[in-house]
Formats: sequence, structure tokens, C-alpha cells
Amino acid sequence: MPTNLSARLSTFVLSLFLIAFALPAFAGPFEDAVAKFANDDFSDTDEAIGVVASSGNKLAFPIINALQEGRLMADPDSKKVYVTGTDGKSIDAATGESVASVPDSASAVRLNNRLRRSVDAALGSLTLQSPDLGTRLQAAQSVFKSHEETALEPVESALAKETNRSVKAVLGEARAAILLFKSDATEVQKLEAVATIKARGDQEALALLSDIGSDQPASVTKAATSAISSIQNSLAVWSMVQNAWYGLSLGSVLLLAAIGLAITFGVMGVINMAHGEMVMIGAYTTFAVQEVIRTRYPALFDYSLLIAVPLAFLVAGAIGVLIERSIIRFLYGRPLETLLATWGLSLVLQQAVRTMFGPTNREVGNPSWMSGAFELGQITITYNRLWILCFTLAVFVILLAMLRYTALGLEMRAVTQNRRMAASMGIATSRVDALTFGLGSGIAGIAGVALSQIDNVSPNLGQSYIIDSFMVVVFGGVGNLWGTLVGAFTLGIANKFLEPVAGAVLGKIAILVLIILFIQKRPRGLFALKGRAVEA
Amino acid sequence: MPTKSIHDIAASFSRRGVLAATAGLMLGLASISGAKAADDTIKVGVLHSLSGTMAISETTLKDTILFLIDEQNKKGGVLGKKLEAVVVDPASNWPLFAEKARELITKDKVAVVFGCWTSVSRKSVLPVFKELNNILFYPVQYEGEESERNVFYTGAAPNQQAIPAVDYLMKEEKVKRWVLAGTDYVYPRTTNKILEAYLKSKGVAQEDIMINYTPFGHSDWQTIVADIKKFGSAGKKTAVVSTINGDANVPFYKELGNQGIKAKDIPVVAFSVGEEELAGIDTKPLVGHLAAWNYFESIKTPANEKFIKDWQAYTKNPKRTTNDPMEAHVIGFNMWVKAVEKVKSTDPDKVIDALPGIEAANLTGGTSKMLPNHHITKPVFIGEIKGNGQFDVVWKTPGLVAGDAWSKELDGSKDLIGDWVGKKCGNFNTKTNKCLGSGS
Repeated sequence: MPTNLSARLSTFVLSLFLIAFALPAFAGPFEDAVAKFANDDFSDTDEAIGVVASSGNKLAFPIINALQEGRLMADPDSKKVYVTGTDGKSIDAATGESVASVPDSASAVRLNNRLRRSVDAALGSLTLQSPDLGTRLQAAQSVFKSHEETALEPVESALAKETNRSVKAVLGEARAAILLFKSDATEVQKLEAVATIKARGDQEALALLSDIGSDQPASVTKAATSAISSIQNSLAVWSMVQNAWYGLSLGSVLLLAAIGLAITFGVMGVINMAHGEMVMIGAYTTFAVQEVIRTRYPALFDYSLLIAVPLAFLVAGAIGVLIERSIIRFLYGRPLETLLATWGLSLVLQQAVRTMFGPTNREVGNPSWMSGAFELGQITITYNRLWILCFTLAVFVILLAMLRYTALGLEMRAVTQNRRMAASMGIATSRVDALTFGLGSGIAGIAGVALSQIDNVSPNLGQSYIIDSFMVVVFGGVGNLWGTLVGAFTLGIANKFLEPVAGAVLGKIAILVLIILFIQKRPRGLFALKGRAVEA
Repeated sequence: MPTKSIHDIAASFSRRGVLAATAGLMLGLASISGAKAADDTIKVGVLHSLSGTMAISETTLKDTILFLIDEQNKKGGVLGKKLEAVVVDPASNWPLFAEKARELITKDKVAVVFGCWTSVSRKSVLPVFKELNNILFYPVQYEGEESERNVFYTGAAPNQQAIPAVDYLMKEEKVKRWVLAGTDYVYPRTTNKILEAYLKSKGVAQEDIMINYTPFGHSDWQTIVADIKKFGSAGKKTAVVSTINGDANVPFYKELGNQGIKAKDIPVVAFSVGEEELAGIDTKPLVGHLAAWNYFESIKTPANEKFIKDWQAYTKNPKRTTNDPMEAHVIGFNMWVKAVEKVKSTDPDKVIDALPGIEAANLTGGTSKMLPNHHITKPVFIGEIKGNGQFDVVWKTPGLVAGDAWSKELDGSKDLIGDWVGKKCGNFNTKTNKCLGSGS
């Protein structure tokens, strides 16, 4: 009975097929591990990561990658786990079959820091041979960091195939890190490893070498100790460079905050306690610009600061002119009254902003080109600080050029040096006063745009800079922009070299004491103005 | 709602009989005619800064009390009377706190005051509350080492926040090296002293603890973050315990993010960073950093969901966040209402004696209890910062933790207890069996 036989045969084949398909879906260790993601238990998730990563299953990478990015969804009721793609399509994590939709009861599998480290380590060995250069480099770095023995084989096979030099170097370091901690590695291998890691020479190398433990051969311990001290020596030199950079960066912030005051106080002689509030208004202008961009033109976000700079200048400058016309012009030559009036004004402005925008901090985002950092030798340079330094110097140069080469600049200098003579030459001195004060305030507004990138945007923003600004201007020499520049950078660098030794609080006190002593010796600051203008 | 009070009077007629009710009514009438019309309400003082540096945190607490009073009045008030808030602004000025407290008690004759944020403001008003014998509910986590008859501490003591957080890091993250970073004032200094003693008792060596203080509003964190990075590269798992206060947090976290310190490498656990503080920053680079509190907005309980909904409806702002000190005010307010209803009086002496033992539901599903040392029992949660500015609870204490007024870790205070029920003393020495009395 051929028909019968063939029917039987086909049933048999069919059942074989069924078994072949059904088995992995219900019984394999991979599937069991995947199901554990649905338990919402950190230990279970950790176990699952380990099993999935070492399973060799081609779904391992999508699953772990989705887990890292919060796209691995688990349904606690059915214990099913899904990978949702970045394109919105989803697959069943256990079988790889695509599903129409993820049930509503499913939620993203949660991670904590320990699990994030496991995920990194797992992804590291899974992506060592990724076609993308950046991914490979990152993978090699995370294997270096986790240096788990299981990663040795993938690292070695990746090392054999790798062509890019920098990735190859990191892979070599990762292999060294693994060998250093592998209990059955030979002494020669370990000594080589120490040398490789020593050549890396950064803080992570230091961390690794300090952590090798006491159960190493004596020669290895000795080599590690000498490597540690040599790395420490080179890092000590780098830390001086780092302090200098931090000092420049702090100096640029001080300069930026003080530069507007160098005009209103330094050039015009107005003790302007509301200067900090002009900075704050600039920062809030940035916030307002970003708010509009966020809601209407999200694509323009990276340009938000460029748009905010002229606007902040105009807003703060206009308010400055208004203040000069309505309050300060009646108080010229009466420093005490000016001080009290502008201080009161600063409180009014603060409370006005608090009422308009609320007392809490406002979020001002960093554009992508101002986020993150890059490594220069052994120091980390953050982009936002670097850009602020460049920006400050640009503002300084433009201001200097303006005072020197434009008609308004000439009039300003004329009026501040000899008001009556300037007036008799036909200069409208009160108009120049208003414009000068507006210019100083406008520059304070620009400073606010930059400071919004590193500080809180709150009504108190200005208060924290007013004392420092006066300090810089007085120290540098009233009425001299160059003095302000040198003063700001001197204070910044001195502060940053004192801080590691004395701590932030004592460092600040020490700086204040030094300035007081300095002013005793040279009451007119670093760069004193000479000539008749001083008497005026 | 006058109809309701008429209804109440009618009910009391039927219950107690006409004669007694008439007598009661006459007595009530007598007392009403003897006093001003304002006595129809019970006055509640709100002593939070609405301007100055602390306005950022305290304004929300003022709104919280107004909200709670509004809710209570909808339920008919307390003892049949409406509650009336008296709001004053001490303007982040510590001596002004004492003046405003005196004004609230003597001029406005408030029955209770909810207020203060910083420890220095609390210390400033203490003598006033003692002298004029009134009640202060203090809602913020603080350094402990205090138990006063007139003050009820509804925020966390160090053993309800700092110590559990350190325990979590030791057990879950296997942290071996510690950076204790704080703003330079009394709360971080005392907390760090307690933590240092606790860590040493757990066998952490001196060279594995780095303590760092910065001035208020510190904004240049480059050096300190680089130091933390360096300290963390000694081959042992490192964590930062942050008591950095208020505004200084935003630049600190920005610098951490920019210098690439990820939570998985060096986690930071903060005691003063909540939902409100995170509102000012992009939290994506901060995912995984931790905070320890007794309440998080993201905790899913029916009580919390209802509270958030009502609060956002009250403030007409669907994005308004809630935070830990707000919950402390909720608990404190409800405890005070229960105590007043228990003794049927707002007389401070009676309410103070009634408060210990009073229980009130907290928003995270438990029931907090006022202890004899005027602190309360609270659960402790560890939350991880998420990308949306909220917290994901990764750990919590199995039960509620009782607040210690005096730290068990410090030599000077480990034998002291506060007990206003049995011993009638805020600093009773259990070794010598003596009350040290006031002034310490």
C-alpha cells in the first residue's frame, strides 16, 4: 500500500519538522534564558544576559543591543519577550519571528548599573568584529574594562583579522588585561601584558595595574609596581597641564562675566550692582529662544545659541539703556546712591523674572557641538569649555576693536576721559552715556548666553557672578580692558592651582586674601590708568 | 458650606438631647461673641521662603500646604471650622525666619506652623517656638542630632536616607572606595561625619574615603570631577555620596556628563536631588545615577496617583512634579489634623502630647507613625535617574524605618534618645539615665 506508506512517511517527516521547530521554542537554554527577561528581577536579567551572550545564537546581538537601548519589551503575564526595532517593527526574542504588535502589558526590561556593566561586557565581545570602525573600537574598550576571561577567544580571533591600527592597539590592550587576570596564564605572558598596559599610560591602566591582587608571581608584581609609579609620574605632569587648562577655562568664564562690568564700572565709573541680572536676562533670553525652537523649529536646535547671542545683546542692551535713562543718569557722581539704587534694581529684576518664569531652574540644552569631550594626551577637554574660551576671546577682541576704531568708541573714550571737553566739541554726552551703559549691559547679556551652558538658569544666576566680576575688574585695574583680561586669567589659573591643594572653600578664601593684600600695595590694580583722566 | 454646619447641629440635637445641645449652643455662642469673627477659622502658618535663593525649593512647599488646606476644607475643615492659611515670606533670610515666626504666632495666632527648609532656618526659629509654645512641622531631610518638644520632623533623619543608601552601594554595587562630596554647611558636614564613622565601622580604610566640600552655588566643577575620576582609578569600585545642595547640582552633573563619567563606572548617589532639581537639566547623560529618598513621584500606588492628579489639577499645571518634602508635608499635615481631632482642641500643649503614636498613610502605600522622639517612620527608596527626569526605584527597605533623632554612629550621641512621652526629654542619656536638658 504505497499510498498508506507515503502518508505515514509524510506524517513522520512532518512530526520531525514539528519537533525541529518546536524544540528550540520551548526547551533550549537560550529560550529559557530569554524568558527570564520577563521576570523583572535584576539577578535573573543578569543571568539571562550571560547565557544569551555566550549562546552563539544570531539573535544574541539584537537582544542585548535592544536591552541596552531600552527596546527589549517583556510581557510579565505571558513571559514573552519582544525586540522592538528602531523602525517600529517587532520580533519575538525567543524565535526571531516577526510579530504584528507588542501587547500593551509589556514594558521595557529594566536595568541597573550592575546590569549595564554586564550588557557592555556582553556587547563588547559580540561586536568585536562589527564592520563599523567606531563600534569595534568601543567594543574593544569595553572588553578592556570588563576583562572577563570568556572574552579572550573572541578578542584573539578579532585581533587576527583586525586591520585598523588604533583598534588593533586597543584589542592588544584588552588581551593583555584579560591575560593579566587569567590565573593559568604564564609568567612571560603576564609580564608582556604589564608592559602593554604600561604603554597605555592612562588612569584606566593605572586602575587595572593596582587591582592585580597578591596571587601573582613576584616578578609580575614587581613589574606592575614599577609600571604604576612610572604612570603616576607621567600623570602628575599631565595634571599640571590639566590645572592650567582648567584655570584658562575658569578665567574665560570670569572674563566673560566681568567684561560688561569693565565698561559700566571700569569705563563709566557706575557701581552697577544689577550687572549680574543683565547676565541672567541674557540666559533667560537663551531659554526663550530654545523654547520657541523646540516647539516650532526643532531642526534649528543646534543653531539656537547663534540666534540667542544677538537677541540677548539687544534685550539686555535695551534694558540697560532704559535703566540708564530712568535711574542712573540722575545719580552720576553719587556712588553710594548708585550702589543702593542698582542693588535695589537687581532685587526687582530677580523677582520680576521669578514671577514671569517661576522660581525653579529652566532647562537650557547644550547643542550637539557643545556636548561631550575629547582626550588630549591624558587630559579631558570638554567642548563647552573650549567653545566658551574661544567665544570670550572673540567678544574681547570685537569690543577692543569697537572702542578703538569706531566713531562711537572714540566718543565713549572722549566722554569718559574728559566730559566737559567732549561736550564742548559737540558730542552729545548724555546720548553717549546711555549707549555706553547699553553696550556694557548688552555684553553682559551675551555672557548670559554662554553661562547658560554651564550653570543654572535661575533667577539667582547673576548673584553668583557679581562679586567675582567686581573682583576681576578691580584687580585688573579700573578702566582698562587689558587689565580685565589679564586679571581674569590670573585669578582663574591661581584658583585652579590652589584648589587641589587647599580645597574649593579655602582656595576661594586664599584668593580673596591675596587680592586684598595686592590692592593694599597697588590700589589701582594691575594696569593703572595714568594721566589726568584718573582724577576725573 | 453653611448647610453642612446646620446639618451637624441638627445631628447633635438628636444625639445628645435638646437640653445638652442648648447648653452647648449657648456656650458656643458665648465664646463666639467673646472673640473676633476670625475665630471661625483655625489659622495655619506657612513659613517658607518665596523669594531669595531658597525660593526654588520652598515655593512648592507653600503651594503644597495651600493645596492640603483646600482639600481639608472641602471635607469640612477641622473640628467643624475652616482652615485658613497665613502665608509669610521669610525671603531666604535666616534672622527674618525668627521674626516672621514670632509674627505668625503672636499677631496671627496660628495654631500650627509648617515651614523651614535649611537647618539654619530651623535653628533660627527654634527659640521662638519654645518661648511662645507653638508647633513647627519641618518637612526636609536633615542631619539629625536634635529632638525638640515643639518641633515635629517629618523629613528623613540620616538613618532613614544616608545609611540605607550606603548599604545599597556596598551590597549591590560592591563599592569599596567612597567620595563624600558636599556643600560646606551643617547638613553635609554632620551627615558626612556620620557616614565616615559608619563606613569605618564597616572596615573601610581611611585612604579609601575622600571628603570634599565646596561653597554654596559652586559652579566650576572641573577640578573636583577630575579628582573624583582620579580617585576612582585606584582599581577599586568607587562611588560618590553627594550632599551637594540646591543650585550647585546642575553644573556638577553637567560636568560629570561632559567628562564622560558614567553611572556604570562611578555612580553618584545624591540626598538633595529630586524631581524638582532635575527639571533644570537634560538627564540623558545622567541615567543610572542614584538618589535616596522616602518618596518618588514615579512610585505607582493608588494614593500617589490620586495625589499627583489632584495636585496637578489644583496647580492647573499638568507637568507639575511632586517630591519627597511635599510628601513629608502631606504626612505631617494629616497627622496634625488627626491629633487635633483626637483631643478636640488646637491647644499646642494638648496637640503636642497627642501627636506621638498618631498614624497617617504615606503616599507610597505604607502607614507612617509619629514616634516619641518626634520623628516618623518612613520607607527608604533608592531610585535611578531615568532619561525623562524621573526616578526608577531599584531598591527599597523591606519595611518602614524609624527615624533616629540621635545618630548611633557618632560617639557624642550614640547613648542619647529623644522621648517626649515617657521621659519628657529630647536628649536623654540612656547610660547615665539623665536628661541633658535644653540648649544642646
